[in-house]
Amino acid sequence: MKPYTIQLMICAGTGCVSNQSFEIKEVLEKEIKKHNLQNEAMVVTTGCNGFCGAGPIMVVQPDGIFYQYLKVTDIPYLVEEHLVKGRPVKKFMYVPPKEEIPIPRMNKIPFFSGQTLVALRNRGMIDPEFIEDYIARGGYRALAKVLTTMSPDEVLKEIKKSGLRGRGGGGFPTGVKWETCKKIPGDRKFVICNADEGDPGAFMDRSIIEGDPHSVIEGMIIGAYAIENVREGYIYVRMEYPLAIKRFNIAVQQAKDNGLLGDNIFDTNFCFDIKVRRGAGAFVCGESTALMASIMGNPGEPRAKYIHTVEKGLYDCPTCLNNVETWANIPQIVLKGADWFTGIGTGDVTHDPWGGSKGTKVFSLAGKVNNTGLVEVPMGITLREIVFNVGGGIRDGKRFKAVQTGGPSGGFIPESLVDLPVDYDELTKVGSMMGSGGMVVLDENNCMVDMAKFFLRFTQDESCGKCVPCREGTKRMYDILYRITKGEGKEEDLDLLEELSNMIVESSLCALGGSAPNPVLTSLKYFREEYLTHVRDKKCPAKVCRELLTFSIDPEKCLENGHGCGVCEKNCPDGAIYGEKKNVHFIDSMKCGKCGVCFDVCKFGAITVE
Amino acid sequence: MSSETQNKAKEISEKWDNNPENIIEMMHDIQDEYKYLPREVIESLSNESNVPVSKILNIATFYNAFSLKPKGKHKICVCMGTPCHTLGAARVAEALERELKIKMGETTPDLKYSLEETRCLSACGLAPVVVIGEDLYGPATVPNIPKLLKKYEKK
Amino acid sequence: MAKLKIEDLEKITEEFKRKMTLREGAGRVKITVHLGTCGIAAGARKIMNSFMEEIEKSKATDIIMTTSGCAGLCSREPMATVEVIGNAPIKYVDLTIDKVKIIFDKHVMKGAFVQEYALSVGSEKIQ
Repeated sequence: MKPYTIQLMICAGTGCVSNQSFEIKEVLEKEIKKHNLQNEAMVVTTGCNGFCGAGPIMVVQPDGIFYQYLKVTDIPYLVEEHLVKGRPVKKFMYVPPKEEIPIPRMNKIPFFSGQTLVALRNRGMIDPEFIEDYIARGGYRALAKVLTTMSPDEVLKEIKKSGLRGRGGGGFPTGVKWETCKKIPGDRKFVICNADEGDPGAFMDRSIIEGDPHSVIEGMIIGAYAIENVREGYIYVRMEYPLAIKRFNIAVQQAKDNGLLGDNIFDTNFCFDIKVRRGAGAFVCGESTALMASIMGNPGEPRAKYIHTVEKGLYDCPTCLNNVETWANIPQIVLKGADWFTGIGTGDVTHDPWGGSKGTKVFSLAGKVNNTGLVEVPMGITLREIVFNVGGGIRDGKRFKAVQTGGPSGGFIPESLVDLPVDYDELTKVGSMMGSGGMVVLDENNCMVDMAKFFLRFTQDESCGKCVPCREGTKRMYDILYRITKGEGKEEDLDLLEELSNMIVESSLCALGGSAPNPVLTSLKYFREEYLTHVRDKKCPAKVCRELLTFSIDPEKCLENGHGCGVCEKNCPDGAIYGEKKNVHFIDSMKCGKCGVCFDVCKFGAITVE
Repeated sequence: MSSETQNKAKEISEKWDNNPENIIEMMHDIQDEYKYLPREVIESLSNESNVPVSKILNIATFYNAFSLKPKGKHKICVCMGTPCHTLGAARVAEALERELKIKMGETTPDLKYSLEETRCLSACGLAPVVVIGEDLYGPATVPNIPKLLKKYEKK
Repeated sequence: MAKLKIEDLEKITEEFKRKMTLREGAGRVKITVHLGTCGIAAGARKIMNSFMEEIEKSKATDIIMTTSGCAGLCSREPMATVEVIGNAPIKYVDLTIDKVKIIFDKHVMKGAFVQEYALSVGSEKIQ
């Protein structure tokens, strides 16, 4: 093959694709041809790079020059400067918040340099649609090692020893799960990859699949080998991830074509195959029993787990289900050994599999933080390091208020706990949970009552309706929260919320209901004052709960800065704004629907919200 | 019952081995084809795959992916994930309601646009996110909505 | 497509290694040809091509070949920097195709730098 001198690695994850990374690739190739550089420069589309907030992203190798916010129209200039004249272009480089000097190299940018990559080791390095790229980065070596030099028991022992715990939420030790499934008698067993975890704000699974689908497939094959009697596997993917579904289908087909799935893999007598199934937009299908019901062509309703799915799961056969990130960790553990893995993280898992959190965890950092994106960090790192070092702090110089982890099943962690080391057990102790790793950062402009209401509405919508505590309980909780945000709350409501929460936690059928009250419980615990301000003073300190706000116009700003421009009047959908052109405008509070359009359109900051 | 719908149902059912367990995948294909599940096709599919109509309807109403009513030519989805919510998705949704003069979940009378909420699309770096057809936009802001819709006016 | 055997994994890796080495920025030797305006005018592209031919001939996969901008010493172009990773980078000046062959053979492949063509040892620090 050609000895290229430069490779342009352009991100083709969902975020960057929506900002035209494929169009950019086309123009890049056109420009490269124009300058007759096609024998020197090669354009590669990679999976999600992780720094999604700054997309589209391109990294120029071998020097690791990092470009962000690229536009199609920038490309001719970029090619001319960087590729022809050899001058990296400063204006497309990353500039840290509050600084002016750009950082040219990717590995010097704190967002990247603060990370430890295990599950994401191939991100930005391979084209996910080429199995050769994965193999050239050491792919399918773990499988080769397992099939030729290890017995299934030895593989299981290694995974157990590594202390790997399920990356999907609960943190159940993976090795223990595999072992239980292995011990149950049966000659037809299944492994499943759960790619249907729909915690809002958690996009690591999508990113891993889009960027490195073969690592998940390799992990599943190894799991099937270790558990034994597993010849069939399923990957169940959320339908909200069209690109991930496409990449999984391509990867599975390539693995089949190359004999890595199918009969007699690597000429051994081990046989295993995988099918990809699309979800249908039900959050509850991230729950294992609901997911299995859906694979069998039924509505995704969970069942009570008196008998675990490792005993009776899919088609009543023993079934081992792990999530995307867990499977992606397996090949690395096999290759590098359990001791390497236990060297990262917290606690001690030598005797107790629940004794610590080992390895790394991928978090998706989003919300009011400067660097939104995917970060993989060692377990035990503090929230402060994640939010302020890797994440670059809070947007627009606002005050940090809380981090929400674990999605609708998790909770809020206030500023006072920002030095908390992040692992399974610490998060549970403060009332939240790891979940699949979503981290949504909130600032002073987010109202905690509104956030709690948001999550309750979510669980209410997604409750499958099978059991009463979840179906009715979350509805009543939502009603109470709605009342509070409308200014009709009473102080007793707070106690009632707690009582209802405890009842739902105790008596729900599955984890969706059992964890649904967590956002309410943690916000009540850490932000009770804010609830009380809503209830007693009928005010929303963060200025979010609309019924509690009044909009008015600052006459001075309106006249002096804006010269009574009248844009607010023109845009008001309720016809609630009056005023002559070039004169001060007024809001009729009786007519005002509090939509906030005037606030958005006023360029002079003349609209005040109280 | 027209032969066209019958053929389509047959083709899709065969693609999934006429296996009743694959009914959800079959329904996905029909939804992709017609943008909703027409009654006629449901009945044909039931014949082909041996899954009772009642069960197909049960699945169709359980999952968000399926619709029993025709949808607009351009389906507009507002992401309701947490990061989008914290960055103002609700206001973006209202702006769309105002522009299109329909409520969330409705379709314009000329069948041009449908407006829906969707679960987290995991494009949180671009929050708040709006998807029109297959195009994803973000960050979507209230003042930008009219301009965004203009792109689809003639399509 | 034929079924992969375990040996094939290594074959694929070898075949793609050069691509990956470049991508990872982590080869054994890094050759940088300075392609500024005057470098190009002085024939730096020809120099680069002959380095590439040498790499091709040698079948080595652990050499990164890349380009950079003007090195700031326009009168001594064409220039190239050869860095055996772990050792100080050496700048070669006034290059010709014949010199390239010698440098490649002695320095890149065998690790002994060619003093008579070299300008300096070391490099300015990049922040």
